[in-house]
Amino acid sequence: MKNKLTQYFGFLLLWISIIPTLFFLGTIIYFICIKGISIISWEFLTEAPRRGMTEGGVAPAIVGTLYLTMGAILFSLPLGLACAIYLCEYSPKGYVVNIIRMSINNLAGVPSVVFGLFGLAVFVKFLGFGVSILSGSLTLGIMVLPQIISASQEALIAVPQSYREASLALGANHWQTIKKIVLPSALPGILTGVILSIGRAAGETAPILFTAATFYTRGYPDSIFSEVMALPYHIYALMTEGTHPEKQTAIAYGCALILMLVVLLMSALAIFLRQRQRSFYGK
Amino acid sequence: MLREKLYKIIFGILAFSSLLFLVGITIILFTEGLPIFHETGIGTFIFGKSWYPTYDPPEFGILPLVAASFWVTLGALLVGVPLGVGSALFINELAGPKIKAILKPLIEILAAIPSIVFGFFGMVIVAPFLQKLLGIPTGLCAFTGSLILGIMALPTICSIAEDALSFVPKSFREASLALGANRWQTLTKVVIPAAGSGISTAIILGMSRAVGETMTVLMVTGGAAVIPHSFFVPVRPMTATIAAEMGEAVMGGAHYHALFAIGLILFLITFVFNVLAEMVSRRFRIKLGLSG
Repeated sequence: MKNKLTQYFGFLLLWISIIPTLFFLGTIIYFICIKGISIISWEFLTEAPRRGMTEGGVAPAIVGTLYLTMGAILFSLPLGLACAIYLCEYSPKGYVVNIIRMSINNLAGVPSVVFGLFGLAVFVKFLGFGVSILSGSLTLGIMVLPQIISASQEALIAVPQSYREASLALGANHWQTIKKIVLPSALPGILTGVILSIGRAAGETAPILFTAATFYTRGYPDSIFSEVMALPYHIYALMTEGTHPEKQTAIAYGCALILMLVVLLMSALAIFLRQRQRSFYGK
Repeated sequence: MLREKLYKIIFGILAFSSLLFLVGITIILFTEGLPIFHETGIGTFIFGKSWYPTYDPPEFGILPLVAASFWVTLGALLVGVPLGVGSALFINELAGPKIKAILKPLIEILAAIPSIVFGFFGMVIVAPFLQKLLGIPTGLCAFTGSLILGIMALPTICSIAEDALSFVPKSFREASLALGANRWQTLTKVVIPAAGSGISTAIILGMSRAVGETMTVLMVTGGAAVIPHSFFVPVRPMTATIAAEMGEAVMGGAHYHALFAIGLILFLITFVFNVLAEMVSRRFRIKLGLSG
């Protein structure tokens, strides 16, 4: 009897432990959507800010985030994919590979603000790119690199060994097998990693704080060496600078909603792709 | 044949990029951070109790910042560990396939929400709410920071712990149930101990996430660089200090170097956590006979 009672309360506790999480997730989505939707209009999405950020839209910040995210993926995808291919297809075991694995894991654990410091010292200062799209993209790219590598690795490992054997048996060489058989099969998995990285890069603030972002630009950026407005930084600046807190908070809600939508869309897409891929290999 | 070799070499070189960046980060933090130790001495820097970087003469004692990080992280663990491990146990033990299929993506979505959105939400909704509810002078304090950080660390803790639980062989449970133990006894006496080091890995990585989190603590913890004496006072963790002050620090000046030195300490802390997590998880895999 006592055992039954303990089990009952134990399981009850586990049921309860999931509730705060769902409640918090629900509240955050609810508030951002309700308050954000009232400010979002065509004008908000397509026009530049006016009157010291209290009116107008956030178009330059949207464009800036787009550039930074694209730059980050352009940098990290080829690099991450090459790394994953090497680890899975060429040299899956050994001392050197262990070192590479450990450094990927550790890079994934580096705090985002430390990436910002690295970007500031190397790209902004040492290489002389200045506070720019280029510096910000490279910094964000290094930050999402471990995620791209892990996702690509998982995708490559999931490709059945028999695919490779069949290709090699037909006389294809190693590189042809990778290019024509392994990579196409692994594509959805790699794409999942890329999509999640886009979501992450678009939302990160700390790495672009001192490498790319600025509170206000006159128009759109005209080269990769110009500084940009970015959505996440814009939220931060709206909440900590300026003189019209109420109007600025309303705009910040709009920015937060856009960011949330981007991230939710990316997550949903990734989850969908992953599930389809799982059923594809019959797992 | 030659092309084959060439590809292998190119991929091999590119594969080292992660190591290169990790080493690069380490070198940069040391070269940009160490000069402050010449200026203040390593003892006064780490154990100094006043952080007044803009005073004349400036004071660079980071004890209040380290204490704040420690304090907020501790609070985050008090929130995140019970909820995260509890949720993992729930998903693994109690939830049917349908509930599982809903819960896991939801937790993934929670993990994907940018930290700036958490910070913004904390600032405009949670902090005013807690201020009223608890009757405290300001809602922007260590408590609010801990609460939100705990929720943010939860997906990390939950998903890794859930992985660990799912690795426990079915035969363990079956043996326990066959001996007459009920499901709760099986869970607490067999499954949790078997997944113990996996769950520890989850907690360490959650801790690492909380220590390194920047935008949220910058926006909700209030930003006062004093050694905290309770959870309800404003604090200024290390990450928030770097993010808030780097913009105004003169490049190459003492303040600039001091902020890099804080980054170095932060980096070393998370590095130790990550290595620790790796070691513990390796032991876990060996224990359960999974491939290393």
